[in-house]
Amino acid sequence: MGARLVLAACVVLVIPALGFGHHGSGRIVSIVPALTEALFAIGVGPRVVGVGSFDTNPAEVATRARVGGLLDPNMERIFALRPDLVILYGSQRDQIEQLTRARIDVFSYTHGGLVDTLGVIRQLGVVTGHAADAERVASAIEKQLADLRARTGGRKRPRVLLVFGREPRSLRNIYASGGIGFLHDMLEAAGGDNVFNDVPRESVQLTSEAILTAAPDVIVELTYDDRMTQDNQAVEIAVWNRLPAIPAVRNGLVHLLLGNQFIVPGPRLAEATTAIARALHPDAF
Amino acid sequence: MTEGVSTLPAVVALTASDLRRRVWLAQLGFGALAVLACVTAPLVGPTPISLRQVFDSAIPFAENVDAQIFFIARLPRALAGALVGASLAAAGVVLQAMLRNPLATPFTLGVSAGASLGAMLVITLGLPLSLLGVPAVPIASFVGALVAVAIVYGLATMQRQGLSTNVLLLAGVTLNSLFSAIILFVQYLAEPSQTLQAVRWVMGDLDVGGYRPILSALPLIGFAFVAFARLPRALNLLTLGSDSAAARGVDVLRTQRVAFLSASLATGAAVAVGGPIGFIGIIIPHLVRLLVGSDHRLVLPASACLGAAFLVVCDVAARTLLSPMELPVGVITAMLGGPFFLWLLVRNR
Repeated sequence: MGARLVLAACVVLVIPALGFGHHGSGRIVSIVPALTEALFAIGVGPRVVGVGSFDTNPAEVATRARVGGLLDPNMERIFALRPDLVILYGSQRDQIEQLTRARIDVFSYTHGGLVDTLGVIRQLGVVTGHAADAERVASAIEKQLADLRARTGGRKRPRVLLVFGREPRSLRNIYASGGIGFLHDMLEAAGGDNVFNDVPRESVQLTSEAILTAAPDVIVELTYDDRMTQDNQAVEIAVWNRLPAIPAVRNGLVHLLLGNQFIVPGPRLAEATTAIARALHPDAF
Repeated sequence: MTEGVSTLPAVVALTASDLRRRVWLAQLGFGALAVLACVTAPLVGPTPISLRQVFDSAIPFAENVDAQIFFIARLPRALAGALVGASLAAAGVVLQAMLRNPLATPFTLGVSAGASLGAMLVITLGLPLSLLGVPAVPIASFVGALVAVAIVYGLATMQRQGLSTNVLLLAGVTLNSLFSAIILFVQYLAEPSQTLQAVRWVMGDLDVGGYRPILSALPLIGFAFVAFARLPRALNLLTLGSDSAAARGVDVLRTQRVAFLSASLATGAAVAVGGPIGFIGIIIPHLVRLLVGSDHRLVLPASACLGAAFLVVCDVAARTLLSPMELPVGVITAMLGGPFFLWLLVRNR
């Protein structure tokens, strides 16, 4: 009698841990914007019951419960949504442990380069039972990137400074892409050479001297604020005129690209890379 | 021996001519150090530049990279460093004397927390406003500093006649914690990239990229220094206690008021230029006291000059050590200054 009870308890506890719970029908919570987007892209959107504070894409996420973000995941709310699979950041060790103890499957995300992003989309397909859809999405991105490479291939590759953060209306606290990470990979795929190729970091905070010395041919600046007015965009571009010796500034090749697709390494990656390629090689399109 | 940490050392009387000679020597020595730092700093950096090309008027400025590195990337930083360093060090001296507390810093009375809150709100709300071409962040930080000063001053003068230094200190410290809590709250709600920017701002940064921020702060800091120049004698007497000072003809309330407001003005303006760069306001005054004694006629000008030189040198390190990456200058002031000061403290015992 007692032994049977223990056995039954084991089965109940082990089955979800083995992952039978979610294939095809499981409820999913994702607090990683790039992966939330990927879930919708591979057709698992209807099963997503909770999303992170910073999820904005696709528009359907607005109807899902918010469960916090990287720094403030609300475990109580996550548990209350009775998920079978929770997608969070690999650095959230405490939360991963809590979920594991609750026998909820965890998919932990670690930031990487472009290839890693595609790999993550495929893995996500496998754990959600949508491997074929994920494969379709990932290979479509690969094809688009290959097309881009072919299109810009024969052209002279400009030396590019890829900026993704700076104090508004000034040239202070400039953060740019170093020689690794998905921003760098996107730039290379778009047919540009990163001026800070040799800095083995994803982001570099730069001095104006470093930028003057690097002398980029083109400056591409990314901002997630897609509601910035035309006037403000013009002002932010004009800020660069304070460093006129930079070839990009002298030749009017400072581009401001708006939208969070440039900063979220998800399924809109090819779209974002294309936008960068258009800025670098306008006559190739 | 209670020198150094527990209380401020008593002022040793000097004869008039001896004092004049020492003030002169100190100003000359420390002044030369500051000038030397400012002149040398723009010549040093990760990119070798040719001075001949910098001053070659045959090349248009727009195409002269060396000139732009010199005049845009380096010289404004050196000047900003000198201005901020001098202001923070001098404000530290004045506040330590006025509060009769050796642990007082320009940031003790809530100025930096107010400034940080102002900057943080602009960064996280993404307000792109600018006034007369000055970006919003420095303006907001200056306004934040003034608000903090107004609150602390209002509280300290409310209770009784005069200015209660106790209330001033406690209100300042409390306001610091309160504002820090609000800052954390705002940061917590902000987008990660904004939080990063805000955190970076707090570490201090002198890459001002031009002369306008310096010129905007200069009148305020100049005004504060004119006020500082009239304070040393009264500060000397104040360190003996306000009663003794009053007995010797010092208008205590007026001195405290001038000291507090001018030190706050200098600090607010300095923080608007370079962010809350820590350590200078406490370490430089003590360092100078260890070197020249405790007469404020010596300590005040010497601290201003040494503060300027020290920050300029730290900033050279900030932009050179990890080039092309920039290191936060506030981190360097603390990492260079801290151990050196500890060594000096132990050596003199």
